[in-house]
Amino acid sequence: MDTEVTLRVDGTTYTLGVDTRTTLLDAMRERLGITSPKKGCDHGQCGACTILLDGWRANSCLALAVAHDGAEIVTAAGLAMDGNLHPMQQAFIEHDAFQCGYCTPGQIVSAVGMLDEVDAGWPSAVTAAGDAEVVLDEAEIRERMSGNLCRCAAYANIVPAIAQVARS
Amino acid sequence: MRPLRYARAQDVPQAVRMLAAAPYGAYLAGGTNLVDLLKLGVATPELLVDVRRLTSERIEDLPDGGILVGAAVRNSELAADPTIRTRYPVLSQALLDGASGQLRNLATTGGNLLQRTRCPYFQNITTPCNKRVPGTGCSAREGHQRDMAIFGASQECVATHPSDMAVALAAIDALVRTRGPDGDRLIPVTELHRLPGEEPGRDTVLRHGELIMNVELPPLGFAANSRYRKVRDRASYAFALVSVAAAVDVVDGVVRDVRLALGGVAHKPWRATRAEELLRGAPAIAQSFADAADAELAAAQPLPGNAFKVPLARAAIIRTLLDLTGDAAEDGR
Ligand SMILES: Cc1cc2nc3c(=O)[nH]c(=O)nc-3n(C[C@H](O)[C@H](O)[C@H](O)COP(=O)(O)OP(=O)(O)OC[C@H]3O[C@@H](n4cnc5c(N)ncnc54)[C@H](O)[C@@H]3O)c2cc1C
Ligand code: SF4
Ligand code: FES
Ligand code: FES
Repeated sequence: MDTEVTLRVDGTTYTLGVDTRTTLLDAMRERLGITSPKKGCDHGQCGACTILLDGWRANSCLALAVAHDGAEIVTAAGLAMDGNLHPMQQAFIEHDAFQCGYCTPGQIVSAVGMLDEVDAGWPSAVTAAGDAEVVLDEAEIRERMSGNLCRCAAYANIVPAIAQVARS
Repeated sequence: MRPLRYARAQDVPQAVRMLAAAPYGAYLAGGTNLVDLLKLGVATPELLVDVRRLTSERIEDLPDGGILVGAAVRNSELAADPTIRTRYPVLSQALLDGASGQLRNLATTGGNLLQRTRCPYFQNITTPCNKRVPGTGCSAREGHQRDMAIFGASQECVATHPSDMAVALAAIDALVRTRGPDGDRLIPVTELHRLPGEEPGRDTVLRHGELIMNVELPPLGFAANSRYRKVRDRASYAFALVSVAAAVDVVDGVVRDVRLALGGVAHKPWRATRAEELLRGAPAIAQSFADAADAELAAAQPLPGNAFKVPLARAAIIRTLLDLTGDAAEDGR
């Protein structure tokens, strides 16, 4: 069954008819030609499809497009502004934190979303109990990035890259 | 995936009517479990009724000192709520120990409670499974048993309930407010999920079309002294092998009151009532905690492949209670 939805992706508005079963990931990749979010597992397990959905990081492979009609989406490609790389993209380059093409876009979007969550005061599983303030140390970064998996173990430089952006 | 219809209702009564009239329909919230099961061919509804924007997204104080959590409150927001963090740390920690940041931003309170088992055979439609297709047999009994239940399982099914949040809610005596075709109900979380018995296909006592509206956290002063401990195969982003939700009230070195629930061990959050009975009035020392854990685990009936869960649960219970009662208890060891 086709339904019309409107999605705003990286600043451009698209209106398209989608089958009910189409996920946001497939709508972007297959229908709109926006291939920056990657399809790794397609089951919410790897983080390769991470986008900012109405401001918060989310897996686009488990979100149905019809359920997110009107959504505002930012992908890794949309993080750059006026031809300038986003500080997180720049930091990934500087620290040689790039991984395979599947994992990197999701890692960068996830890192950007994660820093917003820290700014909002959100705790993680390793934050001290009570209403303690979050100190974004290595343990915090690792825990908060645990939704992005990598099978090749090339991830050692991601933490320093994120830490640099967090400090600035 | 089979073709399906998607519908958004004007209001809650209409949503309930729509689903009650569609025997092969399901409510959709964040979709992080349901869409996964649709892709696997495990869930085959003909209609999805979206309730994410229909139920409450608010966390409200109740006049009696309790808290009302809307069914659409996201897992990430509930975990971060300052009141939850200070008054029910066990709930905040259980949520933060579940899934990933990306998933918690989509997952809702109602959907988390009703997520289905992660038993690998339930999720693989090429294998027999009584929960998925009644009468086909249980592949787990003679198969991969590591994640399976040690309490309350039946010949038909040995699966565990995967939700961490539900274990914390069971420990603090939370209630679920529902609205169904037959009216409203208030169901203790401890009674929401069923043991498998001869009908493993039914996870909960909810009737078709019954919608979770809110979860109510009762006032429980000593829940401020509570915590969640999750033991799993990797440090983060994995389901529990065993988990413990505990809240303790210690006065003059004696346990005045306690709440204890276990996750990863049964078809439902396992409220450890035997252990609680032994602990009330007992000195808050390691020996009491060990005795209580042993009493609870005496009823365990593990399979060969998950027998390790018994000593693991014992250690996790003792460690969690020690953490909550401080050095005094450790000295009494
Ligand atoms: C990779 C991965 C790892 C995960 N790890 C963990 C973990 O470690 N711990 C953990 O606890 N969970 C974990 N989860 C599960 C996750 O927490 C659940 O998928 C999520 O909480 C479900 O919420 P939802 O809103 O997305 O539900 P949905 O998928 O939308 O719905 C789930 C079920 O609830 C029903 N439903 C939803 N809302 C209502 C309502 N208001 N009334 C009646 N019925 C309703 C739906 O019909 C459906 O049957 C993991 C999930 C994934 C994909
Ligand atoms: S344990 Fe339950 S869910 Fe798993 S295969 Fe057996 S019947 Fe199916
Ligand atoms: S593709 Fe979405 S999490 Fe793997
Ligand atoms: S970077 Fe993609 S698998 Fe490791």
